[in-house]
Amino acid sequence: MTHVESIDVLEPAGDAAGKSAAARELPEQASAPAKFDCSGVNVHYGRNHAIKNVTLKIYDRSVTALIGPSGCGKTTFLRVLNRMNDTIEGARVTGRILIDGQNVYDKTVDPVQLRARVGMVFQKPNPFPKSIYDNVAYGPRIHGLAESASALDGIVEDALRRAGLWEEVKDRLAMPATSLSGGQQQRLVIARAIAIHPEVILMDEPCSALDPIATARIEELIDEISRQYCIIIVTHSMAQAARVSKQTAFFNMGELVEYGETTRVFTNPDDPRTQDYITGRFG
Amino acid sequence: MTKADDWVLKRLRRRKRRDAVFEALGVGAVLAALGALLWLLLSVLGSGVSAFSQHFMILNVVVAPEVVSPDGARDEASLRKANYRRLVQQAMEARFPQAVSRSDRRALYSLVSMSGAADEIRTRVVRNPDLIGRTIAIAAPTSDDIDQLLKGRIDRAAPEALRRVNDRQIAWADALVVTGEIKRKFNTIFFTRGDSRDPELAGIAGAAAGSALALLVTFVLAVPIGVGAAVYLEEFAPKNRLTALIEVNINNLAAVPSVIFGLLGLAVFLNAFGMPRSAPLVGGMVLALMTLPTVIIATRAALKAVPPSVREGALALGASPLQATTHHVLPMAAPGVMTGSIIGMAQALGETAPLLMIGMVAFVTQAPSDFTSPATVLPVQIFLWSDSPERAWEERASAAIIVLLGFLIFINLAAILLRRRFQRNG
Repeated sequence: MTHVESIDVLEPAGDAAGKSAAARELPEQASAPAKFDCSGVNVHYGRNHAIKNVTLKIYDRSVTALIGPSGCGKTTFLRVLNRMNDTIEGARVTGRILIDGQNVYDKTVDPVQLRARVGMVFQKPNPFPKSIYDNVAYGPRIHGLAESASALDGIVEDALRRAGLWEEVKDRLAMPATSLSGGQQQRLVIARAIAIHPEVILMDEPCSALDPIATARIEELIDEISRQYCIIIVTHSMAQAARVSKQTAFFNMGELVEYGETTRVFTNPDDPRTQDYITGRFG
Repeated sequence: MTKADDWVLKRLRRRKRRDAVFEALGVGAVLAALGALLWLLLSVLGSGVSAFSQHFMILNVVVAPEVVSPDGARDEASLRKANYRRLVQQAMEARFPQAVSRSDRRALYSLVSMSGAADEIRTRVVRNPDLIGRTIAIAAPTSDDIDQLLKGRIDRAAPEALRRVNDRQIAWADALVVTGEIKRKFNTIFFTRGDSRDPELAGIAGAAAGSALALLVTFVLAVPIGVGAAVYLEEFAPKNRLTALIEVNINNLAAVPSVIFGLLGLAVFLNAFGMPRSAPLVGGMVLALMTLPTVIIATRAALKAVPPSVREGALALGASPLQATTHHVLPMAAPGVMTGSIIGMAQALGETAPLLMIGMVAFVTQAPSDFTSPATVLPVQIFLWSDSPERAWEERASAAIIVLLGFLIFINLAAILLRRRFQRNG
């Protein structure tokens, strides 16, 4: 954690409030296209106000990390983006969330279709209790992406190759997916998400159930696929956020405290709370 | 050793003693249950197995033309009406000419199942009228009393007045056994015929067919509706007061005495809809009502046990809620769903009370030919037989219980095998 030590000597920046507001609007990479444009997003679970007035833009073909202490709303925010919150009883979302200029919560948007564009990888690997092949082929099958069995084979192989799993499983595609190791299962789940050619991949702490070697493999993979996809990753590991992401958003108590280039957030945060969190003083 | 150590050790010993006591109680309970089960099985087997074989008497019957067709008519209708009992009596008289008194003759005739033997001759003569004038050998069941006597179920040492068979009958029967004219054979009648007034001619085929038809109706109604309702309530319905109320009521329905469902069937299916009485269709519908809560509760429990991550994984791939359910959640819940369904069906197979209310307790000698013809079911047949006075009925009721238990074991075995298969493939 070398970067943490280097941050320690830095002074917190003065007049944080003014600067951070500007930073939220405009991370330095202003020229890249924004995939998600969120403004005034609020999420309530019954009486619990889980996300408070969050405004940010997320860029395509890059990795955005969402960090923050447990219960700060980062997973909730992630689940807003592909409307997985719809499945939670009593969840209420207000505000504007645009994907390529279209509101995700618009009545004309079908959540089923949206989720085909915005894939998701969960904290615990959750392969279906079917064969490795069927896991990857499931998405293409339900969306009718393959016209023939051989085309489907091609899609499966391509997805497994891009997830870096092909060499390990090519001889045992008919084996149950649950026979794979945890790290392999997580890469299989990523392959499953890739197989339907989404535009965005949401990752909810994808490495928290994995050992360091498997984590390294996943991080490599994230780095690889970020050239084609917009990736948003929730992580508890500051080191991981620093390693894999280009932008970092720090959430606390449902608020977006700070958002900007990862290098800047970690070395020169505007808000003292960010400073405290990344140096390990709370959370 | 310090005082504190001593105290700790004492406590530890006490805790271990409690463990041992609890374990002993558990083992005791299991052994008691197994013992009771074994006792039940042995007593049922002991009194029922003998009904699977029966004594048959070989009779040389002269098909006398003056008895069968005194007017020379040989058409089927008059051949059917002929007095074949007289032929049986004549054959018995020919075999034991020494029986001349009225009472002796009556005792002699009751060695054999009179209607069984007469039916046998009638069938053969109607099929082939050329037999008239010839002598044919038939094998007819002995009367139930002789059968019980030869099976050792009637005490020969008891005073004659208290016995169902008198000394002459015993002597005749023993003589026929010695000459090989009475033989013990596998009791095909029991498995191929319907109910009868005579125990030696009664079988479970009618009741088994009734059970099969009723269960088919129950299965077709209860499983799809039950699973569908459970899937809707668990996966689709909003969680609010109304669905909570429905859930509580379904759980309560599972505890409603089954006879109430019979009353419901009587009031709704028979009186309001005017459906036929005693029919497997109505019986199956009543049993389906009774089975539904079991299927719904078991299915909901199985659906609840499927990890939410599977559901989320499918939804996150863009599967519709129905696809997520049918492709992933339901297959994973299938073993539980099947177990619940089979338990429900097994309950339905063994149910008597609700069927009494809709008239399936009728005396039905024919196997039902369709879903609306009168029928009875195995447990009701057992109930009817165990209520009858002759000794032979007790034996047959026990045999029917063995068959019913056999069906239940078969069903459960099938459930276990199916579940294993699903779990392997799943």
